Amino acid sequence: MIQELYIDPNRCIGCRACEQACSECPGHGGIPMIHLDFLDRAESVQTAPTVCMHCEDPACASVCPADAIKVDAEGVVLSAMAERCIGCGNCALACPFGVPKLDPHRDLMMKCDLCYDRTAVGLRPMCATVCPSGAIFYGTRGEVEDIRRAQPLDRFAFGAQTVRTRNHLMVPSPTDLLEVTTTLVAPRSRAEQLLEECLC
Amino acid sequence: MATLPCSAESLIEAYGPHLNHEPPGGFAARTAPDRTVNTHCCFCGQQCGVTLAVKDERVVGVEPWEEFPFNQGKLCPKGIKRYLQNNHPDRLTRPLVRTGRGFAPIPWDEALDIVAERIRRIQLHHGRDSVAVLSGASLTNEKAYLMGKFARLAVGTRHIDYNGRLCMVAAGAANLKAFGIDRAANPWADIVATDLVMVLGSNVSECSPITTDYIWRARDRGARLIVVDPRLTPIARTADLYLPVRPGRDAALMNAILHAVVRLGGVDEDFIAQHTTGFEAVREAIADCAPEAVERLVGIPAARIVEAAELWVQAPRTMLLHARGIEHHTHGVENVLSCINLVLATGKIGKPGCGYATITGQGNGQGAREHGQRCNQLPGGRDIENPAHRAHVAAAWGVTESDIPGKGATAPEIVEMIHRREVRGLLSICFNPLVSLPDARFTQEALERLDFFVAIDFFLSETARHADLVLPGSLHEEDDGTVTSVEGRVIRIRKAVEPPGEARRDWEIVCELARRLGQGERFDFHAPADIFDELRRLSRGGVADYGGITYERLDRDMGVFWPCPTEDHPGTPRLFEGGRFGHPDGRARFHAIEYRPPAEDVDDEYPIILTTGRVVSQFLSGTQTRRIGPLVAQQPEPKVEMHPRLAARLGIADGERVRVVSRRGAIELAAHVAATIRPDTVFIPYHWPGAQSANRLTIRAYDPIAKIPEFKVAAVRVERVA
Repeated sequence: MIQELYIDPNRCIGCRACEQACSECPGHGGIPMIHLDFLDRAESVQTAPTVCMHCEDPACASVCPADAIKVDAEGVVLSAMAERCIGCGNCALACPFGVPKLDPHRDLMMKCDLCYDRTAVGLRPMCATVCPSGAIFYGTRGEVEDIRRAQPLDRFAFGAQTVRTRNHLMVPSPTDLLEVTTTLVAPRSRAEQLLEECLC
Repeated sequence: MATLPCSAESLIEAYGPHLNHEPPGGFAARTAPDRTVNTHCCFCGQQCGVTLAVKDERVVGVEPWEEFPFNQGKLCPKGIKRYLQNNHPDRLTRPLVRTGRGFAPIPWDEALDIVAERIRRIQLHHGRDSVAVLSGASLTNEKAYLMGKFARLAVGTRHIDYNGRLCMVAAGAANLKAFGIDRAANPWADIVATDLVMVLGSNVSECSPITTDYIWRARDRGARLIVVDPRLTPIARTADLYLPVRPGRDAALMNAILHAVVRLGGVDEDFIAQHTTGFEAVREAIADCAPEAVERLVGIPAARIVEAAELWVQAPRTMLLHARGIEHHTHGVENVLSCINLVLATGKIGKPGCGYATITGQGNGQGAREHGQRCNQLPGGRDIENPAHRAHVAAAWGVTESDIPGKGATAPEIVEMIHRREVRGLLSICFNPLVSLPDARFTQEALERLDFFVAIDFFLSETARHADLVLPGSLHEEDDGTVTSVEGRVIRIRKAVEPPGEARRDWEIVCELARRLGQGERFDFHAPADIFDELRRLSRGGVADYGGITYERLDRDMGVFWPCPTEDHPGTPRLFEGGRFGHPDGRARFHAIEYRPPAEDVDDEYPIILTTGRVVSQFLSGTQTRRIGPLVAQQPEPKVEMHPRLAARLGIADGERVRVVSRRGAIELAAHVAATIRPDTVFIPYHWPGAQSANRLTIRAYDPIAKIPEFKVAAVRVERVA
């Protein structure tokens, strides 16, 4: 069974353990390949980690003029090959999830390669190993379905373009396709509503 | 006099805090380690297992230790970046003596001679108790035990206390009263197996992040979650029921929930009759605590309080967890007892997936409160005022009972005694009271009045800057020992590297001092294992019985839960099974709690409640974490969190600098405007010193029993900075 990342923003506590652990990986030079965002801190403590989703047909690779981004036999989209990458930034512009980052010092695109050196020896990726809330889970679809209530989702529509990903987003109810729009906002949680009810 | 020897700025230039960002030589130079060492995080009471990588006798990195059962590799950012405290430019590596212009190195022998001579001279003129010892709950069990013995036998003072006074003592006192034992009643595995988790006053996601996963695993099984907190914390955001309690009103809320439980018929009369005493007084005390009667007081609509009672009654198994949010109060013990009343009244304790725990905060918050560095306690959780307990310890130490001083003052009281010049000399280790005690200006005045102050520290903390002598001790990774985790699990801390330069292991410094104070034969220890062996034998028969715990067992079994009286005893993960409690009659005690308001309530002049707490990237007074670059980057400075409605009323925009003023002082910080806190309350994290110190605002008011300060309620006003 193929092992994948299952990312559940509902569990995310915004601690940045994923970023700090990712920055420790050999070859990253202290820079994380995963990013943590507060969605709207003025309104909510909701956070979400963003990591490469490893698309089935990755836009980053399609638009790369130097053919620097390769996909391995298991569908892992690799970080740009240093000797080919020209630092043009096409990949960063094309990725619908906003994942690749340009390292301006090295003119090199860097992104998550699913901890190739760890997974190759049977270890889990750093982010999934340390995540203290289980928001980032690494395992098989069967495992995640056995232990979690949330449901895995791997198809996203960005306008007319539909993307299938190797990694999954965990959502509260079974969803075949998530339509991503600029107006997509997280509904207020019950707790957030209850705070507004408090008596002062 | 212990005023600063030179300006704070020049001390900071010399001794930090500076930021360490990378392993020695940088990330690029980091190659395969020479060895790895399985140990634990040096920070909070979760005590996550972690593997340190060592290269050329320096700690160069971290790996998750996935085999350790508690956290299985999970870590928060502090645990990941903790290795950067090693090889740190600020590390103290030579003994320092105060000079007219700062600090200068001094040979060890000379420094130790001065300490012994000054202690004895002060005691000669002002009595034995004019010298005090302040200690800490990040110390190993071995060192915590040693500090208690050192203060009482070598220094000969009654005044030793520790910074757990700012942390676990309210819960500890309440647990002793109710159960006769002060320890989490259940192992954390019971959280996963429960049907309802109720979390009170605990920002689990930032202060004990690993516990988040335990709660979510319970929720994956269908468990419900209730969170009680004035702030909408990350764990509260997704809760089934969130009760945004007004700070300081927790006991009133718990009384109301119990009132509603009684009304719903949810009381377990059989359990109460068979296993407890005192419920009738509670029933009377809560008779007029109907949710409808207290909703304005606690700040939560009655319907929600009733809903909490319904969820509690419906759940076959419950786990009630609380932390400093309900404990840092002048009625902290009462708040905890009001929670325990609910647990006992419904018989929900002592069973798989069903029980109760305080989430201990400090690294060795559990173990360091058991073995005699508390002012009222002797090793094994024994009572310093109990003649039988005193006789037992005196015999083991080879002294007569009268050689053991009586009960001393608590840490905040010791600082007040220093301020009054009743205490003239101070030895401190593992404690940074200038940042961590309430009313920081008062603490500073006190430090400036000391005749003699010696600090054992690895970095020059804000408090140690006031010392006459600073003795460079050891970091967590530079010594062996044991700690006792949040679950009551005794675990092994393993040495990864030697202390750098002339720095010495803490226990070696303390034993050297004991020799110079004429008590060498009682401190003839050659390794932490020697100290542990004495500790465990002495603890036998006590409440916290470590008698059967050995380093070998800890290594083999990845920890043992106390009580564990003999080497063939399996240890005790779950307490109170079958409704047998720690009191001599085996029964738990109810305590009727009447709500009392906080020491300082809001008024027209100071109309806003200030509450304080932690952020995920910092730990306590920040002596270590404010020196770790990637952690500081997560939140470089404290901000004052306020609701948009309050901000609008005050005309304050997000990010604007504001002045927060209390009767003790004022500080200026950036405003953080967010709809995640009650509109009548502001929050400031307390990890920072000086002009950014939340404790310049907090009040010197204490719980009458536990003497824990009221960090969670002070009256303030917030002003725009013109």
